[in-house]
Amino acid sequence: MNTESNLRLPLILGDKTLHDITDDVCRPIEGKANKWWWLAFTVSSAALIWWVICVSYTFGTGLGVWGENKTVGWAWDITNFVWWVGIGHAGTLISAILLLFRQKWRLSINRSAEAMTIFAVICAASFIIGHMGRPWMAYWSFPVGNQFGSLWVNFNSPLIWDVFAISTYFSVSLVFWYSGLIPDFAAVRDRATTKARKFWYTILSFGWVGSAKNWQRFEEMSLVLAGISTPLVLSVHSVVSMDFATSLVPGWHTTIFPPYFVAGAIFSGFAMVQTLLIITRKVLNMEEYITIYHIDMMNRIILITGSIVGVAYLTEFFIAWYSGVEYEQYAFINRATGPYWWAYWSMMTCNVITPQLFWSKRLRESVFATFIISIFVNVGMWFERFVIIVTSLHRDYLTSSWVMYYPTWVEVGIFIGSLGLFFVPFMLFTRFFPVIAMSELKTIVKSSSSQAKKKKMAQSPSPSTPINHE
Amino acid sequence: MSSSNKKFVYGIFNDDDVVLDAIASLRAKGLKVKDVISPFPVHGMDEALGLRRTRLSICCFLYGMTGCSLALLMMWYMNIWDWPMDIGGKPSFALYKNLPAFIPVTFESTVLCAAHGMVITFFLRSKVLPGVEPHIIHPRQADDHFVMTVQAKDDAQVGQIHSMLKAAGAISTKE
Repeated sequence: MNTESNLRLPLILGDKTLHDITDDVCRPIEGKANKWWWLAFTVSSAALIWWVICVSYTFGTGLGVWGENKTVGWAWDITNFVWWVGIGHAGTLISAILLLFRQKWRLSINRSAEAMTIFAVICAASFIIGHMGRPWMAYWSFPVGNQFGSLWVNFNSPLIWDVFAISTYFSVSLVFWYSGLIPDFAAVRDRATTKARKFWYTILSFGWVGSAKNWQRFEEMSLVLAGISTPLVLSVHSVVSMDFATSLVPGWHTTIFPPYFVAGAIFSGFAMVQTLLIITRKVLNMEEYITIYHIDMMNRIILITGSIVGVAYLTEFFIAWYSGVEYEQYAFINRATGPYWWAYWSMMTCNVITPQLFWSKRLRESVFATFIISIFVNVGMWFERFVIIVTSLHRDYLTSSWVMYYPTWVEVGIFIGSLGLFFVPFMLFTRFFPVIAMSELKTIVKSSSSQAKKKKMAQSPSPSTPINHE
Repeated sequence: MSSSNKKFVYGIFNDDDVVLDAIASLRAKGLKVKDVISPFPVHGMDEALGLRRTRLSICCFLYGMTGCSLALLMMWYMNIWDWPMDIGGKPSFALYKNLPAFIPVTFESTVLCAAHGMVITFFLRSKVLPGVEPHIIHPRQADDHFVMTVQAKDDAQVGQIHSMLKAAGAISTKE
């Protein structure tokens, strides 16, 4: 029934029993935070306060406090929006697509990756609301009957598609995440020793007890949610890319944008998962659950999606030349050699060259190298969006309108602050929520844990495959 | 079913394979195994207990179809019927002509209704809702223990069930 080749590396190290898993996952919730957590939380909170100040200043004074001008109407706002949405994609990929492909290594990382999705989409949405300038009118983008001129929203517009895509993505990711959390909240509740913890986790766990019928429905629901989240996640970044691709701006008007954006999103999302989990596994002592093997597998995805992104960059360049359209050709020459050349070449270095280092097994399995490369990818993918948006806009059809765009301190502040908006909830998540989907992870203890492999080796010793699982 | 006896005996187990074997042997002896509470979904439990397949995915499909239809109806009403606009020389004259541009919103609405409809149905049907008091038989039933619920025909059978559960591998039993 539960058989798996011994050639596959174990996914849970340290000979964990079911009870050990519960203990290890609940420890951060039941214990006290260490000083590293408090340090990170303080820094994140400071960033969040800065975000509140910069956003309030923008709303109070108007969008004139940003660096945008008549030619460059979208800049850091939409760059940050696309960057954050892209980061969110890895969470859904891990929890939905890897579930459909029955990849067991998703189990230790899906919970925190999904949390990352939720918080990243919140950050992305904040930039959409922010760039409207008059956020109290944000509801105008919803199809509400209005008295502002008996106009409905225009459903032919990609910007309206985006409203539907992002809100659906956020709410579906949220229920997918929360429904998965319920059995784990129940586990925290059942072993709670303080009154407050018992009270709160009773509410959070919705009275769950894992009866056979409930588990059957739960599994069916997870599978179907994964099935419909898979096309959903692919559609979200496709729709985001159509915000650009359906316009007639040279550099944006490109048919390869949907798959190119989706690959880029998964690429940047996995880089962010690596950045977060390498720290989380260390701070929360989860090295036996988030193993080097998990890191290796994620690095392989970074390698393949990074290569897709690299091919997309070259294809864009080739098609610009091949199209024979002078404006299109100029847009690309200007990207690589114009005043924003440094942004373009930062993007090329970080996104095309650095992930290729992962062909080396040693680097894929090195925590330090992975961390550094993941930061490079995060930076590179931010530059990608900046390059696409700003370099395509700043020199338009009329040479008299050519300008440069520079961000103001307010825009920089909102971006730095949005990292606080992301990390504050993520830090709280690591303290109050089970960071590993323990009820799901427990299903593989008998097939994929280190002691299961040892037991199997002892039962049927095969001298041809001597593997050291330590 | 006709029996008015609601006497339950609980067998506590600490291994999922033992539970599955125990269900088979107890059912073969004619006992009524009502339920098994487990800390994680056990592969093969549905078949062992003879549970019927859940119809949750059928609900999901129906909710999705509803979302799809509502989205098309909404867009047709707003952009074709009530207030057609001609933006950028692309007029909105008929649903079938605008359909390609309506696909993204139709798709997103389908997913939105399918996902939320299914999850709400799951919560209501399973009575998993905020404020529900959990039925805890063993404090480690969400940790590493498995609780098997056996319904006794009459009081005389209770003692017998205790020993049968023990024989099947239960580490302890309770009523």
